[in-house]
Amino acid sequence: MRDQLEGSQAVARAVARCRPEVVSAYPISPQTHIVEALSDMVRTGELAPCEYLLVESEFAAMSAAIGASAAGARAYTATASQGLLYMAEALYNASGLGLPIVMTLANRAIGAPINIWNDHSDSMSQRDSGWIQLYAESNQVAVDLHIQAFKLAEALSLPVMVCMDGFVLTHAVEPLEIPTQEQIDAFLPAYEPRQVLDPDDPVTIGAMVGPEAFTEVRYLAHAKQMQALDLVPELAAEFATSFGRPSGGLLRRYRTEGAKTILVALGSVLGTIEDVVDELRDEGERIGALGITCFRPFPIDEVRDALAGADRVVVVERAFAVGIGGIVGQNVRLALSGLPPVVYDVVAGLGGRAITRRSLRGLIEDVDEGSIEPNRLHFLDLDWKLVERELQRLQETRRSGPHAENILRDVGVVAGRSH
Amino acid sequence: MAHRPVKFFQVGSFAVGNRLLEEDERSVQAGVERTNALTKGHRACQGCGEALGARYVLDAAMRATEGRLIAANATGCLEVFSTPYPESSWQVAWLHSLFGNAPAVASGIAAALKAKGRTDVRVIGQGGDGGTLDIGFACLSGMFERGDDVLYVCYDNEAYMNTGVQRSGATPPAARTATTKPVGVEPGNAFGQGKNAALIAMAHEIPYVATATVAELHDLEAKVERAMELHGARYLHVFVPCPLGWGAESKDTIRIARLAKETGLFPVFEAEHGEVVSVSKIRRPAPVEEYLRLQRRFAHLFGDPPRTDVIERLQAIADRNIRRFGLLEEEAAA
Amino acid sequence: MRPRRLAIDDVGMFEIRIHGRGGQGVVTAAELLSVAAFAEGKDALAFPTFGSERTGAPVTAFCRIAERPIRSREPIVEPDALIVQDTTLLHQVDLFGGVGPEAYVLINTGRGLDELGLDEFAASRFRPERVVTVAATELAREHLGRPLPNAALLGGFAALTGVVSVEAVANAIRGRFSAKIAEGNVAAALAAAEAVREGRTVRA
Repeated sequence: MRDQLEGSQAVARAVARCRPEVVSAYPISPQTHIVEALSDMVRTGELAPCEYLLVESEFAAMSAAIGASAAGARAYTATASQGLLYMAEALYNASGLGLPIVMTLANRAIGAPINIWNDHSDSMSQRDSGWIQLYAESNQVAVDLHIQAFKLAEALSLPVMVCMDGFVLTHAVEPLEIPTQEQIDAFLPAYEPRQVLDPDDPVTIGAMVGPEAFTEVRYLAHAKQMQALDLVPELAAEFATSFGRPSGGLLRRYRTEGAKTILVALGSVLGTIEDVVDELRDEGERIGALGITCFRPFPIDEVRDALAGADRVVVVERAFAVGIGGIVGQNVRLALSGLPPVVYDVVAGLGGRAITRRSLRGLIEDVDEGSIEPNRLHFLDLDWKLVERELQRLQETRRSGPHAENILRDVGVVAGRSH
Repeated sequence: MAHRPVKFFQVGSFAVGNRLLEEDERSVQAGVERTNALTKGHRACQGCGEALGARYVLDAAMRATEGRLIAANATGCLEVFSTPYPESSWQVAWLHSLFGNAPAVASGIAAALKAKGRTDVRVIGQGGDGGTLDIGFACLSGMFERGDDVLYVCYDNEAYMNTGVQRSGATPPAARTATTKPVGVEPGNAFGQGKNAALIAMAHEIPYVATATVAELHDLEAKVERAMELHGARYLHVFVPCPLGWGAESKDTIRIARLAKETGLFPVFEAEHGEVVSVSKIRRPAPVEEYLRLQRRFAHLFGDPPRTDVIERLQAIADRNIRRFGLLEEEAAA
Repeated sequence: MRPRRLAIDDVGMFEIRIHGRGGQGVVTAAELLSVAAFAEGKDALAFPTFGSERTGAPVTAFCRIAERPIRSREPIVEPDALIVQDTTLLHQVDLFGGVGPEAYVLINTGRGLDELGLDEFAASRFRPERVVTVAATELAREHLGRPLPNAALLGGFAALTGVVSVEAVANAIRGRFSAKIAEGNVAAALAAAEAVREGRTVRA
C-alpha cells in the first residue's frame, strides 16, 4: 500500500520488516531519523526480537554488528560521512571476515571543512573496503534495495551498504510503498550463517594469516564480490516477481537506445537527469542516461554494453579523487577502454550544492560546443573568479586565512572586517 | 574442613598442594576435566604470564558456564600467539576482530544471544592493557555504561608487548619500554601518568570489578566464578608478568606477580557497584626494591649511582595503595 | 465564491516554496501539503533546505505537486506559489527570487502590503488577485493558543490556489497531530481559508 512517507521512515520500516536481530546505532546527520524510527519500533515491540544497542561511536556500531553477525544474528547499522570513516577499520574487518551486515549510508560530504550536506565522498572513500555498494536513485528504490541487500549479503556472506543521498532522499516526503511483513518473509528467509560462534561447535574466527595464504584469501574476497554481478540481477528479477515492480539490478538505462550522448550518474541526481533527457529528446537531441545502481562490484561488461554505441559519455559524479580526477569516470573509462566513446568527467553537487536542470542543460551545451575537454576533470558550477582570487591570496601572503572564510567574504555572506 | 597439619611443598611460597585439599576445594586447573580452553601448542614465550592467566580465567569460566561461553579477543600477544594460522589453540568459540573493539564486539555477541533467547550462553571479552585501556577504552566505557552482559578481562603486562614493548597507559612509572627508555633526563616512564583501570571501572558502578594476579590461582578462579554468577557489565583486571618485556627470568613469573601484590604496588581487591567489598591482604610485606630488582626494565634504577630517589617515589606509591585499600592487617593493639 | 480550481496538468507541475524560520513549522507545512495532495490522488514531493537543528534560522521548504511521478529533487527556483511565514525575512533572504508574474503569493502578516512596503512591488510583479495576506499568527493564537502560523497558511493556500482542497489540508493536519492540537490547527486553517475565499485580507 502506498503512503506519503519520509524516506528515512520508509527505510526504517523496510529494514524492520527484514527482521534484524541486532541494530547498533550511533547518530549522525542525516541518518538520525532512520535510527530513531528503529528505536521506536524496538521499544514498542513492533520489531522483535531485536536488541537495539546505543553505542558510543560508529566504530563501536560496526564492531557490535560484527560481534552480533558472527554470533549468528542478522545485524544492521546506519551511518554517514565522518561516521563511515570512523568505522573504516571495522568495515574492512567485516568484509574480510565475510559477515553479511547490512548498512544504510546516508551519503554526506566528508570534512574538513565540515559539511553535513549530500555528496558521495563518504561511500566513494570506502569503495575498496570489500563491501558491496548499491546506490538508490529514489526513495522507493532505497526501500527495495534494503530488502534485496539482506538477501544478497547472506547469500554471499559479504556485507552490503545501501547508499542513499543524505537529506535529498532521507528527508524527502513522497509516496512510497513498503512491502508487507508477509511479502518480505516470503522473499527473505532466516539467516543461515556460513560460520558462527557456537559453544556446541566452537571455532576460532579471525586468526592471523601470513604471506603463505593471504594472497589467496584476498583473491577469494574479490571473487566472492564478483559473484554479486550475477546475483544482483537475479535478485532484482526475483524482487520484481515477488513485489510487482522492477527495482535494483546492476544498472538502469534511460532512453539510451540510439543515444549519441549518454550521461552516467549514481543516486538521486538521476531524477533530474532523466527530466533533462526528456526535454532534450523533445528538442531532437539523441541523448540518454545510465544509472549505476551496483557500484561495487563494478559491472564492467554491462557498462560497456550500455555505453559502447554512444559517441560521448558524460559522467556526472558527486565526489572526486583529489590529485587525479573522477572516480566513477575512471571506472567507466576502464569499461570503455579500447572503444570509441569519448568520456567527460564532471564533478558536481559537492557538499550539497544542487545539481539543477539548468546546469545540466548548460553542461550538455558546453560538451556540444567543445568548450569542455574530455579526459580532464571538470567542475560543474564552479565559481572560477572566487577560486582565482583565493589562489592569488595564497600567493601574496602566508597567513592567508581559511579558504572558506575568504570565499564567503567575497560572496558577501560574511561581513568583512572594518579595519 | 577438619583441622589437619599441612606441609608446604614449595619453598618460599604459600601455595598448598592440591592433593591436600578436598576435591571441591581444588582449583579448576587441578581437574582432569578442565576445558583447556587455551590448550597446548600456542606460541607464547616461556613463562608468559598472559598465557597462564588466560588459561586460568577461561577454564574457570567454562566450568562456571558448563561450557556455554563465547570469547571476543582483542589484537595483541594473546591473540597472536594463540592463533598461528592455520592452527588455533582455542577450544572455545572465539572471535578476534580488531585491536580497539573487543568490548564492543563482545557487546554485539551478547546482544545477538539475547535476541535469540540464548541467555544461557555467556560472553567474555578479553585483551591486553593496550587494547583495553588505550585504544579500546571508549568501547570499554560504552560497554560498562550500557551494562551489557559481558565479563571483560584485561591481562595487564603493562606495555604493548606484541609490537615490541612500547609504553601504554598501564606502564608503571620509571619502567623502561621501547618508547620510555632511561636516556636523557627521565628515568624511564614518567610519573604522574597512567590510568587505574579498576578504579575507572568502579566509577561506572558496574556490578563487579576485581583485580587479581597469576600468583594466586584460587583467588583468580574464585573471582571468575563470582563474576559469572552475576549479570551485567563486569571487569576483571589480571596482573600478568611478561618475562621478555620486563627483562625477567621465565621462572620468576609467579614470584614477580606475588611480589607485585606483597609490595602493595598491585592492590588485589573486589568491588561491587562502585564500592570495595573485599581486599586481599598482604601476607608478607616486601619493599618495592625486592620486586624491582627482578626486572631489567627497572635495572637503570640500580646503576652507579643508584636512583634511590626514584625507588623512594615508587615505594611511596606502594605505601599509598596500602593505606588507600587497607592492604595490611591492622596492627594488634599494644 | 468558489476558487478557480487550478488543473495541474495545465502546467504539468505545481511548485510551492515556503519561507520561514526554524521552529515555525515550515518543514511540516511542506510535508502536510504533500500529504494533502497525495490524498487527492496526486504525486507530491516535499523537502526542506537542510541544516543543523537551530531555532530562528531561516528555513526554506519545498513542495512539488504533479499528476505524474516526480523525479527531480532540485530546489524550486521558479515557484508557482510562494508562502512567507515570517516577514522579518523580507530584507534578509531573497524571498521573491524566481517568482514569476503568474505566481501566487501568500504572506503571513496582520498588516497590509502598503505597511510592509510591498504594495508597489507586488503590483508591478504579480497579478493582484493572486497576492494575499493572512494574519496567520494571530489566527493561530486564537484557535490554537500558540503562534504557529503554518496550518492557517495552508488553509489560505488551499483557498487561494485550489491546488489542494481545504478539506484535504484539514485531514492532513488531523493525521499528523493529536486530536486537541489538530482541531486547533484545523480551525485556524478553516478560518484563513474562509477569509481568503471571501476576498478579505485578514488583518490583525
